[in-house]
Amino acid sequence: MSRDESLLSRLEVRNLTVAFGTNVVQRDLSFEVRAHSIFAVMGGSGCGKSTVLKAMIGLLSPATGTVLVDGEDYEAAGERRRIEIRRRFGVLSQGGALWSSMTVGENVALPLQMFTLFDASSIRALVDLKLALVGLESAAEKMPSELSGGMRKRAALARALALDPDIPFFDEPSAGLDPITSNRLDDLILELSSGLGATVVIVTHELPSLFAICDDGIFLDGETGRAIARGAPRSLRDGCGDPTVRAFMERGRRATDAARGTGS
Amino acid sequence: MNGGPLHPPEWTVQHRGPDTVLRLAGDWIACRTGVRSPADARRTVDEAGNGTLRIDCAQLGQWDCGLVVFLRMVRDRARAATGIRIDDAAVPQAARQLLALTAAATSATHGSRKVAHKSIAVRAGENVLRAGKEVGLATALVGESALRAPVALAGRARTRAVDVLQLAGEAGFGALLIVAICNGLVGDILAFIGAVQFRRFGAGIYVADLVGIAMVREMAAVMTAIVMAGRTGGAYAAHIATMQGNEEIDALKTFGIPPFDFLVLPRVLALVTMMPLLYLYGCAVGLLGGYVVGIATLNITSSAFLVELQEAVAGRQFAIGLVKSLAFGALVALAGCHIGLRAGRSAAEVGRAATSAVVAGIIGVIALDALFTACTNAMGI
Ligand SMILES: Nc1ncnc2c1ncn2[C@@H]1O[C@H](COP(=O)(O)OP(=O)(O)OP(=O)(O)O)[C@@H](O)[C@H]1O
Ligand SMILES: [Mg+2]
Repeated sequence: MSRDESLLSRLEVRNLTVAFGTNVVQRDLSFEVRAHSIFAVMGGSGCGKSTVLKAMIGLLSPATGTVLVDGEDYEAAGERRRIEIRRRFGVLSQGGALWSSMTVGENVALPLQMFTLFDASSIRALVDLKLALVGLESAAEKMPSELSGGMRKRAALARALALDPDIPFFDEPSAGLDPITSNRLDDLILELSSGLGATVVIVTHELPSLFAICDDGIFLDGETGRAIARGAPRSLRDGCGDPTVRAFMERGRRATDAARGTGS
Repeated sequence: MNGGPLHPPEWTVQHRGPDTVLRLAGDWIACRTGVRSPADARRTVDEAGNGTLRIDCAQLGQWDCGLVVFLRMVRDRARAATGIRIDDAAVPQAARQLLALTAAATSATHGSRKVAHKSIAVRAGENVLRAGKEVGLATALVGESALRAPVALAGRARTRAVDVLQLAGEAGFGALLIVAICNGLVGDILAFIGAVQFRRFGAGIYVADLVGIAMVREMAAVMTAIVMAGRTGGAYAAHIATMQGNEEIDALKTFGIPPFDFLVLPRVLALVTMMPLLYLYGCAVGLLGGYVVGIATLNITSSAFLVELQEAVAGRQFAIGLVKSLAFGALVALAGCHIGLRAGRSAAEVGRAATSAVVAGIIGVIALDALFTACTNAMGI
């Protein structure tokens, strides 16, 4: 990749406000996601990370604001164009959302059958590869209901990667996984970004992952409904003055201590 | 907690100079000695008046969340009434920490909104508006299927043939028994009523006409459609509503697979092909039932009955029945899918969707049948 290309923004969010009815979740967000970066959306539980992610993917129309994908306004594009834009995305939602009436293998195969002209044996090979990447090669014939929570999450991750997306979105990929598996996922995500040139948007609470793989990010605050910090998680940890951000990065130690201090 | 006898929780407020002491005694175990009401807490704080309220736990026995919930109510009340400070240094450390955690949690849930109570008139108006919108959406869905079905048949939509075949199999073969039972019994009933009436005029042979025309033109199509509305329409709604709740529909959308092509079209195609076949099968069983009862109750020969039946049921009657069953198939499938796609994201919504799909399917079938009858009457066929 050339120097110029790496400065390009693949996703641009301008003055985005997301709301459910009259309940405004986040307001006035503006940020860019640079090409080939791993962009973290951080914040406390319930602050609106998943909702902002849904708005970026186009599953939720924003109350105000625009989302540009490679410079193209997503909302303004027609339905047909939107489907084409979406094909660059690969989405792992927080709940996994595997298609429950198909086996794990079929879940990963369906997008390939729909959007590529591969024959059955190539699709099989690709499905096996994607499942092996997440350590689930033996579960291809299982139904989603027969998997454990963490396995479901990994199967959904394999499905999100089925079409080799340019811009994968992962909502808490390693929540509920053991440290070894989640470390492997970190490696996988790093490989996607640096090896395959993908631009990853990730929601995660796992501090080790945040510091190890993310090179940019935004911190959302649930109480004010606004973004309160911008930058790589490492630099936020080392240099951000905001107490909420610091407490998050230091695993809430300070905040809890402080609460105990005033309580006694 | 041991199972020994517990002392009921007690609390007294004593004034000592500028300070007030809230003395807690007894055992505060929620599920055994009960939970104090907010009114108790309010009264306690009001009694305390201004100044510092010191909590004294010297005589406190066992405790669990029953104590914490009381302390929390006291604290919140004291916060609301300015001028009271709570000194909880004597409260057991663990209770104090639990209390501190609830402080953090309450400050985070700031955006609670009140649901305004609506008058009957407002609700009725909203329902009318919603019904209007529903009709609009349903019409759009009918239009969309009319437009997309040819595309899908040409193999260019995101509809998979395997899905159509599987759904058709489930809808068709699975329904054979119940369709046979319903139509057979309707045929029997028609023949029975006819026999009783016509015999009085010595015109028993016309039972064949009655059973033939009624079954082929009306009853077989309507009965089969009602059975399918209950059996398949409800299942479609429940399945799609469950997918909605699991975000499976969102997953389809993120891949750029239109839910309409992937979920609605295969179901509509499956029912539109299976309903006419089931109709023909239902006709056959119904006529057989009428024939058996007719022969058994009337004094006519089997061949006379069959000849009369053959003359009564012209090809035109079958054509009318087939057209109806096509329309009913589309209606039942569309109602099920539409209601499933519009459902909310909870388990209760799945049940509601299944119920409304069955109700909408049955009412729709009967209303559509009335419309057909009016049209065929007007056209004189
Ligand atoms: N479908 C919905 N309808 C109404 N409100 C919703 C809906 N989904 C989420 N919310 C509200 O929006 C807010 C943000 O939810 P969101 O799921 O985006 O949080 P989050 O940051 O992803 O939290 P977590 O880290 O726990 O996943 C919450 O207060 C939630 O109550
Ligand atoms: Mg979330």
